[in-house]
Amino acid sequence: MSQVNSEQFDLAHLAKLARIDFSQEELDTLRPQLLAILEYVARIGEVATPDVEPMSHVFKLENVVRSDEVTPGLSPEDALSGAPEQRAGRFAVPRILGEEE
Amino acid sequence: MSNQQLLTASAAEIADLVTTGKVTAAEVVTAHLAHIDQVDGAVRAFLDVDAEGALRAARNVDSKRESGEKLGSLAGVPVALKDVVAQKGRPTTCGSRILENWHPPYDATVVTKLQDADAVIVGKTNMDEFAMGSSTENSAFGPTHNPWDLTRVPGGSSGGSAAAVASNEATVAIGSDTGGSVRQPAALTGIVGVKPTYGTVSRYGLVAFASSLDQIGPFARNVKDAALLHSVIAGHDPRDGTSAPDSKKDLIAAANNSDLRSVRFGVVREMRGEGFAPAVLDEFDRVQELLKSLGADVQDISLPHASYGTPAYYLIAPSEASSNLARFDAMRYGLRVSPNPDATVEEVMSATREAGFGSEVKRRIVIGTFALSTGYYDAFYAQAQKVRTLIARDYHDAFSAVDVIISPTSPTTAFKLGERVNDPLAMYAADLATLPVSLAGLPAMSLPIGLSQEDGLPIGMQLVAPAFKDELLYSAAAPVEAALEKQWGGPLITKRPPILSGSR
Amino acid sequence: MGWATDYKKAADLERQQMTESAVTADLEMVCQKYEPVIGLETHVELSTNSKMFCGCPAHFGGEANSHVCPVCLGLPGSLPVANRAAIEATIRIGLAMNCQIASRARFARKNYFYPDMPKDFQISQYDEPLCTGGYLDIWVGEGANRDRFRVGITRVHLEEDTGKLTHGGETGRIHGASYSLVDYNRAGVPLVEIVTDPIVGAGERAPEVARGYVAEVRELMRALDVSDVRMEEGSLRCDVNVSLAPRGSSVWGQRTETKNVNSLRSVARAVRAEMTRQAAVLDSGGVIVQETRHFHEDTGETTGGRIKEEAEDYRYFPEPDLAVVAPDPAWVNELKANSPELPSAKLERLGAEWGFEYEQMREIANAEAVELVRETIELGVAPTDSRKWWMGELARRANESETDLLALGVSAKDVATVATAINNGELSDALGRQVFEGVIAGEGSADQVIKSRGLALVSDSGALQRVVDEAIAANADVAEKVKQGKVSAVGVIVGAVMKATQGKADAAAVRKLVMNSLGVSD
Repeated sequence: MSQVNSEQFDLAHLAKLARIDFSQEELDTLRPQLLAILEYVARIGEVATPDVEPMSHVFKLENVVRSDEVTPGLSPEDALSGAPEQRAGRFAVPRILGEEE
Repeated sequence: MSNQQLLTASAAEIADLVTTGKVTAAEVVTAHLAHIDQVDGAVRAFLDVDAEGALRAARNVDSKRESGEKLGSLAGVPVALKDVVAQKGRPTTCGSRILENWHPPYDATVVTKLQDADAVIVGKTNMDEFAMGSSTENSAFGPTHNPWDLTRVPGGSSGGSAAAVASNEATVAIGSDTGGSVRQPAALTGIVGVKPTYGTVSRYGLVAFASSLDQIGPFARNVKDAALLHSVIAGHDPRDGTSAPDSKKDLIAAANNSDLRSVRFGVVREMRGEGFAPAVLDEFDRVQELLKSLGADVQDISLPHASYGTPAYYLIAPSEASSNLARFDAMRYGLRVSPNPDATVEEVMSATREAGFGSEVKRRIVIGTFALSTGYYDAFYAQAQKVRTLIARDYHDAFSAVDVIISPTSPTTAFKLGERVNDPLAMYAADLATLPVSLAGLPAMSLPIGLSQEDGLPIGMQLVAPAFKDELLYSAAAPVEAALEKQWGGPLITKRPPILSGSR
Repeated sequence: MGWATDYKKAADLERQQMTESAVTADLEMVCQKYEPVIGLETHVELSTNSKMFCGCPAHFGGEANSHVCPVCLGLPGSLPVANRAAIEATIRIGLAMNCQIASRARFARKNYFYPDMPKDFQISQYDEPLCTGGYLDIWVGEGANRDRFRVGITRVHLEEDTGKLTHGGETGRIHGASYSLVDYNRAGVPLVEIVTDPIVGAGERAPEVARGYVAEVRELMRALDVSDVRMEEGSLRCDVNVSLAPRGSSVWGQRTETKNVNSLRSVARAVRAEMTRQAAVLDSGGVIVQETRHFHEDTGETTGGRIKEEAEDYRYFPEPDLAVVAPDPAWVNELKANSPELPSAKLERLGAEWGFEYEQMREIANAEAVELVRETIELGVAPTDSRKWWMGELARRANESETDLLALGVSAKDVATVATAINNGELSDALGRQVFEGVIAGEGSADQVIKSRGLALVSDSGALQRVVDEAIAANADVAEKVKQGKVSAVGVIVGAVMKATQGKADAAAVRKLVMNSLGVSD
């Protein structure tokens, strides 16, 4: 299990991935806290050996599916009820840079 | 029945009174609303009180009874709902600025079930933001105060729901438990709190924190009421892809058990050492003697990997949370902050999340983002998932020798407001006993077992049962509660000092 | 940030060099120096009734945001539940492409932020997809140059679609738009993603191979009846990956991904455009930047997108809200046994049976006439005649009325009736066309039209001779010309006879009679 060293830890990059615009102050407070936490959690490397299976579901659940039927949903009013901004029945969002879809 | 009596009555009693027409649901709810008015200024359990809706629901129950219709098992019972549960048309903030004005257009399954049982939802309770915390101090709207001592925390993240029940503002309440968020506040406020087996209570409508750990759970002032509420909310839900099949277990019958003979209790060796306050351990030891006197068998058991539960949890939960909370991006609902009129969508998303999330939430999102990121996934997230397997195996092995596993619920009694806020690792230590249970998905209860000799504050004992054997929690706890209440001359909660009034 | 600066420098250099050097427009020349490697990623929108993880309608139509619910809107507290039919369709697609079906497959979260993503993660599949390791055979080229080409399939997996963005502003394009609008009706519709292995060795035919592959995928989806696969509507989407390696090099070139490829023709054009563009860059000593490019229908060129400073990190992890998918092996075997014949294999087989070239079969298939032709042949009509009528007169009429063959109202039985009558000398081709005119007009079946319109070749040769004699007499000067050697003029007399018989004579037979009567030979 890798120990995280200070240089490897690119907080600015993580902030970007997480879409949070941290202030420099926050980053400065956050850095040591995060490093301390990561150091603490690195302990699990002591027991997490290759022969142990990772558990992603607590109980064995397989093939939970639903049949291909249409069921009632929300009205457009309800769907848009929380919209910070809407126009012509659609969610209005700020301008997007670049990238054609 | 006097108002005071209504406020301290159990859910079973109220349901009976309302069903037989001795008291109207409207009377019950009115008494509770008045009490909330009186004390919530000091306790601050509620983020929103729905007086109008509650009275309407209560009158509805009364007219149903008048027209001879059969009433549900929680008829007229005032219920408080943790603000992490979606209630249609009502504010659902999750204790966060980012959802400050959100009114869901749909009901959580648990809400529908409560309404079908004719319960009356009186309001939404305060919580640590997005369920991340152990003290309710991470709420964006100010902390809740422990009804036993207003200078102290009620625990978290379901602090508001616990305080509402402990202060008699509601008869029972709904919380959510991811790493101890029902059990620990129950212990700190001297009431009963249960985390059901993962998958047995629907998560549809529960705003997700850590998907593989979250469970909705009941708060009550006694074991029978907890069983009653638990029975109402449990059940298979086709809308929840992790929902377990219906259980045929009768929890209420289990809560009527009085015989502890030949029940084998296992005391977790690893949960009585460093970090556990002596006063807490003293009460816990006393209860073990009581168990023996009741004919139970008490032995030591070991959960060798228990101490790895905390670090594993603080990797898994933030990882899942970092993904679950991504949807709060200012596009479809919630807060939108534009740093300038010409801002791009990315700038708006980032500014909104910066302003809308509190520091604990942001901290955990960053940890989670890191743990899942390329190059680190195998070293962190995947490793942490292995610890779950190890802990689950530990419990499985222990359950071959014992029926119920016990430990103190919380290492300490309620700490002072502000005491741990700036030290995340100290805060995380509060969950030492509760986290491993969550990682294994097992059912657990916190039962009030006494008051600390040192500070007079409540102490809870955690009982853990094997998966899908939630009834064992009730059948084991009921005789203990009965014996203790005999010693105390009544429920522990009656020993709570009166709350100095503080109007909302 | 040094990395981003280098990329930007490289991109600037590339643009500069392209305008400076001569563009290598000839694919043959390109392939003399470079070996193209292509890859195709196609997304197929399934035609299930409901969405992938909720019960909202999966089809289009209706008001914006009217086919949504808490789940596909990603509202806080919502949870996904998988659509069984979508899983089955994906497995059937994988089986038809000769893939291994996973014994345990998992959904995974692909985490990234975009306004058309309700949860800001997409539920997709990562390292445990439903299907892996298959192949699809396609045919490229014509006649003697026809070759079978095997395209390896890396994986087939299942995921959910995003909402639809429209952009505010003059052009409706994303650049320069001051705001955008989102409709989530499409969010959550099941999408099957099919990824090919890198396709090597196609050389100059790379564009055709790419196009042929996508065409075959389209046919396959139709045969399986899992999707409408209309590229122009977006139910079949294609991204094209192209790289060039210097001939003889063992190292592959840097690849680009091109999006906005909205028709089969565009698939070929996009590959061609990238091959020539990349060759030009490499020829002038430039480097290819790894990027996503945009194909332009109008110019047939690709343009570069925004240079990303950092690569996307999707932070994949297993979806905790969904159970493992473990298809029952017995059930998978059953599906495999019921797999339909692959479209091109079917065409090859029928072509051999009926004596048609593959291109001819392809034409028939494109006109959606394979079944019609087959039925007609089964009724005893010779394959050439079946094809002649369906792909000739009937196809023409269908085009004229802007409809398709199936909607014309002509049955295989009708064609059989006409073809048989012609073979028996009861009708001529011209009369046969009149029969079909009647059938299409709704006058009844071919039999009924023949009777009601009294369509029959004049068979009484005596009567016919009289008409011929009359026509010759009426056109004496023309008859003289024919006798003098201007044989072509006989058409006038033939025409007169046809007119007099109201077309109920076989034109060729009439001509013979006229010539005989005039005593002239061809």
